[in-house]
Amino acid sequence: MKKEMGVAVLLVVLCAIVAILNPRFLGTANLHNMARLIGMFGIFSIGSGLVIITGGIDLSIGSMFALQGVLLAIMLRQWHWFWAAAVLAIIVGTMGLGSIHGFLITKARLQPFIVTLCGLLFYRGLARYIANDETKGFGSEQFGPLRTLATGEVFSVPMPFIALLVIAVVMWIVLHRSVYGRYLFAVGHNEEAARYAGINSRTIVASAYIVAGALTGVAGILLAFYTNSISPSTHGSFYELYGIAAAVLGGCSLRGGEGSILGIVIGTALLQVLQNLVNLLGIPSSLNFAVMGAVILIGVLADELLASRRRSRQMNIVANR
Amino acid sequence: MSATLLELRGISKRFPGVVALDSVDLEVGAGEVVALIGENGAGKSTLMNILGGVHQADAGTIRFDGQPVAIRSVSDAFALGIGFIHQELNVLDNLDVAANIFMGREPTWGGLLRLINRGEINRQSERHLKRLGLTVSPSAPLRELSLAQQQMVEIAKALSQNARLLIMDEPTSCLTTSETERLLAKIKELRAEGVSIIYITHRLTEVGECADRVVVLRDGKNAGSLRREEITHDNMVRFMVGRDLQNFYVHSKVQKQADYFKVRGLRTRAHPRCSVNFTVAAGEILGLAGLVGAGRSELAQAIFGVELPLEGEILIDRKPVTIRHSRDAISHGLYLVPEDRRRTALITEMAVVENITLPGLKRLTKWGWINGQQETDIAAKQCTALRVKTPSVQTKVMNLSGGNQQKVVLAKWLALNPRVLIFDEPTRGIDVGAKAEIYRLMRDLAENGVAIIMISSDMEEVLGVSDRVAVMHEGRIAGILERSQCTEEAIMHLAVGQTKQTEAA
Repeated sequence: MKKEMGVAVLLVVLCAIVAILNPRFLGTANLHNMARLIGMFGIFSIGSGLVIITGGIDLSIGSMFALQGVLLAIMLRQWHWFWAAAVLAIIVGTMGLGSIHGFLITKARLQPFIVTLCGLLFYRGLARYIANDETKGFGSEQFGPLRTLATGEVFSVPMPFIALLVIAVVMWIVLHRSVYGRYLFAVGHNEEAARYAGINSRTIVASAYIVAGALTGVAGILLAFYTNSISPSTHGSFYELYGIAAAVLGGCSLRGGEGSILGIVIGTALLQVLQNLVNLLGIPSSLNFAVMGAVILIGVLADELLASRRRSRQMNIVANR
Repeated sequence: MSATLLELRGISKRFPGVVALDSVDLEVGAGEVVALIGENGAGKSTLMNILGGVHQADAGTIRFDGQPVAIRSVSDAFALGIGFIHQELNVLDNLDVAANIFMGREPTWGGLLRLINRGEINRQSERHLKRLGLTVSPSAPLRELSLAQQQMVEIAKALSQNARLLIMDEPTSCLTTSETERLLAKIKELRAEGVSIIYITHRLTEVGECADRVVVLRDGKNAGSLRREEITHDNMVRFMVGRDLQNFYVHSKVQKQADYFKVRGLRTRAHPRCSVNFTVAAGEILGLAGLVGAGRSELAQAIFGVELPLEGEILIDRKPVTIRHSRDAISHGLYLVPEDRRRTALITEMAVVENITLPGLKRLTKWGWINGQQETDIAAKQCTALRVKTPSVQTKVMNLSGGNQQKVVLAKWLALNPRVLIFDEPTRGIDVGAKAEIYRLMRDLAENGVAIIMISSDMEEVLGVSDRVAVMHEGRIAGILERSQCTEEAIMHLAVGQTKQTEAA
């Protein structure tokens, strides 16, 4: 809980500053758009965080978005598939890719960074090849509930944000209240000790990549309809880094074993507020990444300083006993 | 004996909770091979680490070449001409032979650029390798060399720094018989060249072959010293053991169900040629003695299913059980308390309660949802029963003392009603008070019908706790001693590889 508090405070302070400097921040249109983005980014950031908790990393998310976006457009517009079939195919597909990652990492013993880096390159290339490097789009058709899910609202709350809330609650239960979640943390902290406690570490690690794949699939469909057109060379580019950044800001440790759903969601929100801040405060948009990089660095640095102070205080308590 | 090269007087060293060395003396003459022997934990390594600059003595003097010296670091030791060949070789196997020999002292050229003079480094390395009769190229990658050759490279490195005294810590523990013979021959050559050698080993036959003198340590003290003509197995063993046993151990008089746990024809990857058979009765504590590296931990890991055995059968209560993963062992009530607590037994970053319930978590759930209250109750109950000293069950395990950590490991298994429990070095790094508690717990478990296997390198513990003792030597069980036959001598004889002589009696 302590870890999330820090980011939460940072988020509130940032929101307050931006709101004071530019009242448009609190305008309905701005809040709606931000909530929509937080929804989409939050969904795949949870997947990213899950993988990070096992001590791994997933770099392939952005390219997977491009690949599934292109395929979704082709399925719906060229092959005229029923929307539900296309959605099912996409999510089964991304879970399949996730399980290939998991297999290569746990059975072939390759490093997660390498495996998903190859994924990043491979899926991007494949997407561009399939699309002939041409932009694919969905036109103005509804495709069942899909467009509404991405761009619609319920009680003036954007649908993707609601989707994130539902997914976050489910994943919170899975991660913080279920046996599976406990095993995930155990394996992330100390894979060997987990194995000695009878946990099938490999299955647990591999499953995290599969869940991440599923969440990437869901987020990717929303994202595709949100942008409505997919240019295969840039669609979703760098998004895996947003996922990693959100997880790290939210308290996940790249060493594994640490993190929480609440933290990841707050981290995602923080990143989106930062983006928004750059726009609203008239900072040149070319500085976008620089601002984000600086804030993440400061956040992580502050967290580390606080943690080491906490540690030394704890050491003193133990030593004085 | 020739002039004295090294003289240690009254060396003492304490570590938190233990006196590792208590006023130990050691002399080594120029060109003399001194074998340093003793049981595990007798203080051999500590003494050598002080000489090699790894640790500093709390008291005592060191004279080298007649001059009093202070060895404050590894480089101090090097500068004096003391070379240390560790049991775990200190080589960089990503570099070539020459780079290893000259690591940190590379001949350079090019002024400030400090480019490595490859010609020079190879030429000099060649010379040192030739002196040792090692026919490998200086530019050969180290990882392509055998362990014996890598060891020679370490020796070459020491000699290239004009070492006059070589410390070899169990140099033959990973070598084959023929490699050992070659090393012993090389030691004789070096001695002839005037190099002094301190040779630490558990293998008494080697001592007889190469040592001029034997110094025996026991419990951190000088136990005795043997001149060349006095070196015999019996003399060495007598000095290594033989002390009063404290009797804070309890022995059982309960009727035992024989053959409750049975291991048949088990072969481990570490010792593929040795097939292990033994049985443990319900209610019995079987001590598993042997020297470090005899394959005891590997045996335990194979039984528990964390390192799969090549073949073998395991029976609990006369029923064969299949164990392909620790999960299978756990489901049969067969548990392991492993040797390396922090690495394999506990997830130290997690709370006491989470560690205790981890293996049996599935039983505390409803539809996958962990019942937090029930979890806390179980952990609290175990902590009270075992008297774990912790502020709360939510405390992270890393903040507990060694003894309390070990109790958390025990609590984890006791919560699951064990049928067979394997303890691997159960009291390593634990203070005396907690030790006695753990012995009592083990005995209580046995009284309740659990079959217990206790691996221990602490002779006192083995003799004090066990109902029977199986002694392992290089992967096989060299003999099983009944309680009445258990003496330190008998165990030591088996542990160093002598066959059981009392068998006929």
